[in-house]
Amino acid sequence: MHVSKDKTGLYGLMAEFDSAQGIVDASMKAVAAGYSKMEAYTPFPIEELNDIIHKKRTNLPKLVLFMAFCGMMTGFTLQYWASVIEYPMNIGGRPPATWPAFIVPSYELTILFSALTAAIGMLALNGLPQPYHPVFNVDRFSLASSDKFFLVIEAEDAHFAKDQTSSFLQSLGAKGVYDVAE
Amino acid sequence: MAQHVHAQQSATTLEHPVIGAGQDYESITEVVSEIPLGKRYPFGWIIGLLIGLAGLGALQLAIGYLLLKGIYIWGNNVPVGWAFDIINFVWWIGIGHAGTLISAILMLFKQQWRMSIARFAEAMTIFAVACAALFPLLHTGRPWLAAYWLFPYPNTMGLWPQFRSPLIWDVFAVSTYATVSVVFWIVGLIPDLATMRDRATSNVKRVVFGALSLGWRGSARHWHRYEVASLILAGLSTPLVLSVHSVVSFDFAVSVIPGWHAAIFPPYFVAGAIYSGFGMVLTLAIPIRAFYKLEHLITMKHIDNMAKVMLATGLIVAYGYGMEAFFGWYSANQYERFMLWNRMTGPYAWSYWLLIFINAVLIHVLWFKSVRYNLKYMFVLSLIVNLAMWLERFVIIVTSLHRDFVVSSWDMYSPTAWDFMMFGGTMGLFITLFFLFMKFVPMISIFEVRTLLPEAKVHVPHGHDTHGSGH
Repeated sequence: MHVSKDKTGLYGLMAEFDSAQGIVDASMKAVAAGYSKMEAYTPFPIEELNDIIHKKRTNLPKLVLFMAFCGMMTGFTLQYWASVIEYPMNIGGRPPATWPAFIVPSYELTILFSALTAAIGMLALNGLPQPYHPVFNVDRFSLASSDKFFLVIEAEDAHFAKDQTSSFLQSLGAKGVYDVAE
Repeated sequence: MAQHVHAQQSATTLEHPVIGAGQDYESITEVVSEIPLGKRYPFGWIIGLLIGLAGLGALQLAIGYLLLKGIYIWGNNVPVGWAFDIINFVWWIGIGHAGTLISAILMLFKQQWRMSIARFAEAMTIFAVACAALFPLLHTGRPWLAAYWLFPYPNTMGLWPQFRSPLIWDVFAVSTYATVSVVFWIVGLIPDLATMRDRATSNVKRVVFGALSLGWRGSARHWHRYEVASLILAGLSTPLVLSVHSVVSFDFAVSVIPGWHAAIFPPYFVAGAIYSGFGMVLTLAIPIRAFYKLEHLITMKHIDNMAKVMLATGLIVAYGYGMEAFFGWYSANQYERFMLWNRMTGPYAWSYWLLIFINAVLIHVLWFKSVRYNLKYMFVLSLIVNLAMWLERFVIIVTSLHRDFVVSSWDMYSPTAWDFMMFGGTMGLFITLFFLFMKFVPMISIFEVRTLLPEAKVHVPHGHDTHGSGH
């Protein structure tokens, strides 16, 4: 987990906004002002925020593609090994390596591996499950899962200075600015 | 009056096609989260749960006696070796398909109307697949031995499954389908469980929802990965759901039985599955929206769209019946022709003609908007469609088998009380699970419905670099 080196026990400053547009505008201004270690918290996905703040897309699709190949190979080699090498059965003189018959289970395992990778990979990359996070120390943050939008600038940020950052957040039209305890 | 309500609904749906007027983030969140978080156990809910539990009890009795005595307590015989067990399996699994269609295929097509019905349609899928899975497992007679021939694992007898059999393909398809459906559903629940955690007033609920929400906090980076994962899951579920009923149809089509050995089976089965599944979604949605007053989230637009999907898939199914009859005649094969003739004029002709009447004639009432916007008609029709799709599997399975190639082996099939008890029992299981779901899980995807509101749309000024590397 991300731990601030700030001795004051401050994780960062949290600004509350009322609207989706409000937090998008605020994030753009904060990025323009040079802040980089920050995060926006919203009650529903706003895809633009990731592009504004993090400017980086996830590698999850590549991981899923790789595991899809693994799933397919697992399915095929499992069937090939069982039907050709370990337990060949002569049924009506047909060859043991009847690959077209192996397509369906290989296909299903391709999907199974990919789907599990997509779900577990998403959680793992997000660092979930994570029982504790400093943002939960702010009481108002419980509204982040209902109808309020929050922008947190972390104390670790090179430009972070408590008073200036606080007044900067106020100037973005925040409905409130709160200290986030470590 | 109906006309007036209808006109009013259209006006609402014109402005916000899939959500009632005057909603905001808080009102949506409140109306959905109030059900699991509230202390109210409505009388109707208790009655429904009791009915479900009674059915579940019957199911346990039916399974217990089955394990004790063996499958001879069922009506299956020679030549009708497959009967209620497979009919009910196909019926249940078909119902599940609508949930995946709504949550995955319509997501890829960016159909916003799917959002408010996706959660409970997916729950319906999972519960229907659970009911379906009981039948093939139990029809083996000794389910505790089934692992030997169903699952590839190094067992003490040195046996491996026959991978050239569609029955094994079915094991892979259905178990993958069940797993992926559950995973997709749980991933979809995480943000709403966080909402439950944050709104819970009792400590028990806060702890339970807190643990289940995995510490979700809705950060922009998390949402991004979450959206990517959801899209991937939808993209994977789409070919998966089409494959599942195709593979189920291979159980029949790969055999050499007249009436089963038909190349049209996979698409015709998939269409039939979606058709019956939407029937079931309507059967559930119409009472739920009235009971929990969710008319502004599950609008008439939803009912209308589902009716249209039912009409389209129903017509594909009707085309399938036509082609089945045509191929039977055109094959000039005496067994194929006899099978058809027997199906149309034999002892089970009533089931065939009732099926044709519903799925090829009655379904045309859905062309009329006045029917699609009438909840009573739609509810009754959804029940009739479910009946018809059950009959379809009865017709396919029983009429194809009961008079086979050799006249001396012909026999009639009739189900026993245990058959009906087992079938009714799975309905009890389904009702029990669904009522528990309705009370304890947010049954509408709150975070997705929030994105339907106009204020959820954001505008990023042109020229601002929002596109990161590798976009």
